Amino acid sequence: MAKTATGAKALQPGMAGFAGDWSSDQRAFKNVHWGKAMMWIFLLSDTFIFSCFLLSYMTVRWSTTVPWPNPSEVFGLSVGGVEVPLLLIAIMTFILISSSGTMAMAVNYGYRKNRKVTTYLILLTALFGASFVGMQAFEWSKLIHEGVRPWSNPFGAPQFGSAFFMITGFHGFHVSIGVIFLLIVARKVWRGDYDRGDRGYFTTMKGGYEHVETMGLYWHFVDLVWVFIFAFFYLW
Amino acid sequence: MAHEEGQTHPISTYLWIWGLLFVFSFFSYMVDYMAYQGILRWSLILIFMMIKAGLIVAIFMHMAWERLALIYAILLPPVLILVFVVLMSFESDYTFASRGAYFAFGS
Repeated sequence: MAKTATGAKALQPGMAGFAGDWSSDQRAFKNVHWGKAMMWIFLLSDTFIFSCFLLSYMTVRWSTTVPWPNPSEVFGLSVGGVEVPLLLIAIMTFILISSSGTMAMAVNYGYRKNRKVTTYLILLTALFGASFVGMQAFEWSKLIHEGVRPWSNPFGAPQFGSAFFMITGFHGFHVSIGVIFLLIVARKVWRGDYDRGDRGYFTTMKGGYEHVETMGLYWHFVDLVWVFIFAFFYLW
Repeated sequence: MAHEEGQTHPISTYLWIWGLLFVFSFFSYMVDYMAYQGILRWSLILIFMMIKAGLIVAIFMHMAWERLALIYAILLPPVLILVFVVLMSFESDYTFASRGAYFAFGS
């Protein structure tokens, strides 16, 4: 195997690299910060959790003999007397995608060591996230006011309520936790923790701008889950 | 290069993907707005969903630039969920049939 100037073995591309990485008797994920690899594995487990929710929703929706409420009407809003289907959900979708866009750019500016722009972009991401949660709270209170409960609702199959509150509630919880951590990361970027390599309070290991990317992975995942919820729960 | 752990790409890449995600979200919203039904509706929803998910994972989450060791470790296990989908579709068919046979007006 070829050796580089640093003495490390050169990494091979493709399937040979895949086999080589896993059989290297060292860390399997080369060129990846450990925090990023761990975040990916956490996200994999979270994927299974959300899959179980969506699958249970699929099962109750297919097995009920009572008609399923039409989400297009249930989540519609009337604007100036005109019923617009799914309006709030569409706005929430665009807001969450925008937050993903600003997060991706924050990661990029972080690696460029541009503290100011990175901080502003992360704060903007947190603001989008918080407004998303706010709209979800509005959606919840509107539905609760209309009589939707986890065990019954006036529109059709009673399983609708439990699936709705469980899936959107768990997703909203993820967004809320994400906003809190975005604010923490923004503060660290602003103070210059990642320039000095200050030690974090969870791991007491030296932090760098990879933290922003790891945070970004979590945030993009929240957006990713919403893509599936939007498709299966709201549009189907 | 061997110790390079960061991801650096031009900002325009992200702006492009952001724009594309907006376009495809708008398309999937239009599926509902135009009130398409049946196979057309479901296939359009699934197509737009997969495109959006792919763009987010590949570009925003940088999976396109990772090594195969990480890509396979993360992206292959969720494929097994499809087996679960098949199992639960049999299960819900059976439940639906039982309810139809024994509790015609139940939930």
